[in-house]
Amino acid sequence: MASEHKGETLTGGTERHLSFPIADLDALRELRAGDRLRIDGHVIGIRDATQIAMFDRGEKPRMDLSGAVLIHTAPNVRKLGPGRYEKVCIGTTTSARMNRFTRGLMERYGVRAIIGKGGLLADSLPVLEEFGGVYLAITGGAAALETTQIEEIEEVEFEELLPECLWKFRVRDFGPLVVAMDSHGTSLYEGVTAKARDKLAELVARL
Amino acid sequence: MPSSSGGPPVSSDVAYASVEEAAKQTYIRALKVLPPDLKEALARARAAETDPSGRGFLDIMLENVAVAERDENLVCQDTGTVVFWLEVGDECALNLARVSAAVKKGVERATLEHPLRPNAVHPVTRKNTMTNTGRHLPAMHYEFVPGSAGLPADALKLHCLPKGSGSENMSFLKMFVPADGVKAVKRFVLECIVEAGPKPCPPTIVGVGLGGTADLCAALAKKAVLRPLGTHNDDPVVAALEDELLGAANELGIGPMGLGGRTTALGVNIEWAHTHITQNPVTVNLQCWAARRASAVVTPDGEVTYGF
Ligand code: SF4
Repeated sequence: MASEHKGETLTGGTERHLSFPIADLDALRELRAGDRLRIDGHVIGIRDATQIAMFDRGEKPRMDLSGAVLIHTAPNVRKLGPGRYEKVCIGTTTSARMNRFTRGLMERYGVRAIIGKGGLLADSLPVLEEFGGVYLAITGGAAALETTQIEEIEEVEFEELLPECLWKFRVRDFGPLVVAMDSHGTSLYEGVTAKARDKLAELVARL
Repeated sequence: MPSSSGGPPVSSDVAYASVEEAAKQTYIRALKVLPPDLKEALARARAAETDPSGRGFLDIMLENVAVAERDENLVCQDTGTVVFWLEVGDECALNLARVSAAVKKGVERATLEHPLRPNAVHPVTRKNTMTNTGRHLPAMHYEFVPGSAGLPADALKLHCLPKGSGSENMSFLKMFVPADGVKAVKRFVLECIVEAGPKPCPPTIVGVGLGGTADLCAALAKKAVLRPLGTHNDDPVVAALEDELLGAANELGIGPMGLGGRTTALGVNIEWAHTHITQNPVTVNLQCWAARRASAVVTPDGEVTYGF
């Protein structure tokens, strides 16, 4: 059962540090649902419009996404000059909307981890399994805190889609994150939802 | 300064400038400082939470609220679709067309001057207006009320509700018929909470509109999420329904960020209207844990008092 893998809390106990991008594209296969992480290095911000441009209109970004960790986001920024932006407030958006792009990201671009909130859908699990990918849950709405862990916006592409560009963030101690979907077929969301549905049936009978 | 009571008409330009400034400031304040009733509810939820995952997420939420206040930053990056609820005192002489224009200008200024993330796009072309304003935006709802302790009869109160998309996308309407009974209403509200699952950043405030027509019912659900936690609808029958649904919602086990725990909802707020003999509309509008709201009272002589 999914909850067996859960750590004590999101904030206490052991937490692993990983640096991105990863060179070995199979390195994340050892992660298990419930593992807790913090990330250093680079996190790439991506959003609905960015992925519609990449996959539906076939616009290829220059940024190398091999071994990258993505984050579902559209930040608040202040423009400093051409192609240069300063962070104002950066947080994470609902992932389910962008579920259909999971395969393309992993297969065509070599992405291996996605940070988001609310989870990808169940049909992304086999994709994670095939490519050794993981979905990392962050605390939705905790953007003020996330912003303090982002050191700089280093690169921006698809500026015409502002704020839904492709953003390269340099981060330090980014998290806490929990592996909510792993490459071994486990989604922590599925366990919770299944229990909620059972409970709902019981409650409806009682109300 | 011209007086608001008796005498010649007030210097209205001052009042409209104040409305514009109040709209700008309530939008920014709502995004940065959460209301006390919400902060207390989150702290109580943390104390009562037994699930390790739920405790962890609530810890981060509380830490984030403190960081936002310390850094004077936004609690959440989603600057929302801006909704205003305007309570107009029943002796208020302000021109509401000019008030609406001032509110819109205030939102535009907040977006450009802070700066805030622009979210308003054309529904077909997806072109962003870059100002968080546009056709019919910000959404404005007017209500006319008698004067009270919190709102002089000649004044205006703005309630700003920047509504995040993660929770707004979790909106539901169902037109029940009388034969379905109140049981169908209860079942529907709980089904919506399960259907939304982790997506609206639980624990949520469950806004419920009951009765009226489809459009009125939807507006009532939105009004319901503005109501402070710990308050009840003034109709005892409806208030009892709020308590029953909150108890049931927190048995679902969805928990903070939908990864398990006893805190699925912080409150269930219901607003109602009389409806047709043939129907019983129900709307659910979920509000995320970062339930941002801010208010301001503007008097005809342009004085502004801020609140939540
Ligand atoms: S649902 Fe609310 S808390 Fe979550 S990301 Fe959206 S606006 Fe922020």
